[in-house]
Amino acid sequence: MSALTLTLKTQPKQRVDMSPLVPTNLAGKSMAEIAAIALQCGKPLIPVGELFDISGDDAQNIVINNSFAKLDFIGKELENGTMTVNGDVGAYLGMGMKSGNIVVHGNVGLYAACEMKKGYLEINGNAGDFLGGALPGNKIGMKGGTILVKGNAGDRVGDHMRRGLILIEGNVGDYCAARMTAGTIAVMGNLGRYLGYAMRRGTVLLWNQPQLLASFNDCGAHTLGFLPLLFNSFKQINSKFADTSFAFNRVQRYAGDMSEMGRGEVLVKILNKF
Amino acid sequence: MIINGVTIDATFAEAFPMKATRAIITAHNEKWAMIAAQAMTGFATSVIMCGCEAGIDRVLDPSETPDGRPGVAVMIFAMGGKGLAKQLETRAGQCVLTSPTSALFAGIESATKIPLGKNLRYFGDGFQIAKVIGGKRYWRIPVMDGEFLAEATTGQVEAIGGGNFLVLGQSQAQVLAACEAAIEAMNKVPNVIMPFPGGVVRSGSKVGSKYAALNASTNDAFCPTLKGATKTELSPDIESVMEIVIDGLTKADIDKAMKAGIQAVCDLGAANGIKRISAGNYGGKLGPFHFHLQEIMA
Repeated sequence: MSALTLTLKTQPKQRVDMSPLVPTNLAGKSMAEIAAIALQCGKPLIPVGELFDISGDDAQNIVINNSFAKLDFIGKELENGTMTVNGDVGAYLGMGMKSGNIVVHGNVGLYAACEMKKGYLEINGNAGDFLGGALPGNKIGMKGGTILVKGNAGDRVGDHMRRGLILIEGNVGDYCAARMTAGTIAVMGNLGRYLGYAMRRGTVLLWNQPQLLASFNDCGAHTLGFLPLLFNSFKQINSKFADTSFAFNRVQRYAGDMSEMGRGEVLVKILNKF
Repeated sequence: MIINGVTIDATFAEAFPMKATRAIITAHNEKWAMIAAQAMTGFATSVIMCGCEAGIDRVLDPSETPDGRPGVAVMIFAMGGKGLAKQLETRAGQCVLTSPTSALFAGIESATKIPLGKNLRYFGDGFQIAKVIGGKRYWRIPVMDGEFLAEATTGQVEAIGGGNFLVLGQSQAQVLAACEAAIEAMNKVPNVIMPFPGGVVRSGSKVGSKYAALNASTNDAFCPTLKGATKTELSPDIESVMEIVIDGLTKADIDKAMKAGIQAVCDLGAANGIKRISAGNYGGKLGPFHFHLQEIMA
């Protein structure tokens, strides 16, 4: 069996809701049935066959080629299976995904992996705002799983994040880990302002000293035993995070946000002294 | 059966089903991992009065431990899951949490989980932090030397307790030397512990007593000073008897350990005063696992 491949023929002017194109929805369907599935494209509904060339038959392994920044909701509530996207992606990539893998070779828009529950999402380009966050009005963001961003991410990474792991090789914008309830965010690059704003619990792991809010207190330098375990768990990931030369176990620990619960922590890499 | 002048009795050890768990203690160095392990497995020679039987499974190389530090694997055996969980938790709380630089990890996988750091976390008084790493939950509990890291749970498995053999010899010193050799060989076998002091017990017991309050008492049939005063199992040339008790995860593990131990004793042989190897049983009516000495040594 070869991967079910959807190759975009032309770029529509309106945004496309791609949420029906997930393995659970396509399993057992013939090519004609898949081609007949209607996708919301702006106001009208357009059959998949009009937008995409379809080939392959393994619905557990979906490949989307020629993707562009108006394809929204790719991998929405994904349950098992693998999705590979070649090109940019619109908003809400992997929203609420329950398991499985999504790999994007391009940039992604707003709210990627928002309210994600489990699984693995890899973005080989940049990510927009609210990565792993909660939908507007909701109070629980990402609840589990792993997100890897090889480029940069926008503002409000991990907004209302509850559990899980976000790994970012590049830089992130403002309000990273804002309103975070728990989980781990690791950023190798630089950060914008207001890191950990209203953070309740959770860990932000950094390679570079950030500009900290006044409501974060210095707890001193420490060698923490859980860090080797954490870095060990990265070894399977296709990333700089898997490289042991980037690992460390000695950190400056800042606790905050003291204007909230104050049980969160920002851990910043420092050189080994002992 | 006679090996190197040592008679292997045509008898068997009788053992019982138990519940077991294993935990890995790591520390700044092997010395402190061992101190914590010895404290955790102390006063755990017999379920009769200690609530559990515990011992050190083996020393672990840093490459074998979850956090890459030197470690020691300990095993705890109890008659039931509830008792095992209680013993594990109290021992972990009093002996490992308290021990400098220690960390505590699950040492065995099983569908049945029992708390390891899950309840110890409350020592953190709200400052404790949970971390799910690689699908496993860990607790980081702030303590005065830094952080105590403990995995939330470990596995509970079915196991066997009470495998044993008796070493009968001409003198106390010779029997002790033989038992030491046996323990050294048996320590190399994984998945077993010898829970008595140094692995050796000199006060083997029988079921019952003339005193109503006691349910076990000295095994007078194997007491050399009573050779003329009771129905003895000892010939005139036996002056000392010691026993090695083995708990293990499976019958095969205990078979392997018994074979290694008995072989080490027989290697010393009659020339070093060892006369017989026997075993303790209750007539085969109480324990479902029987370890026939001659079959093991065949």
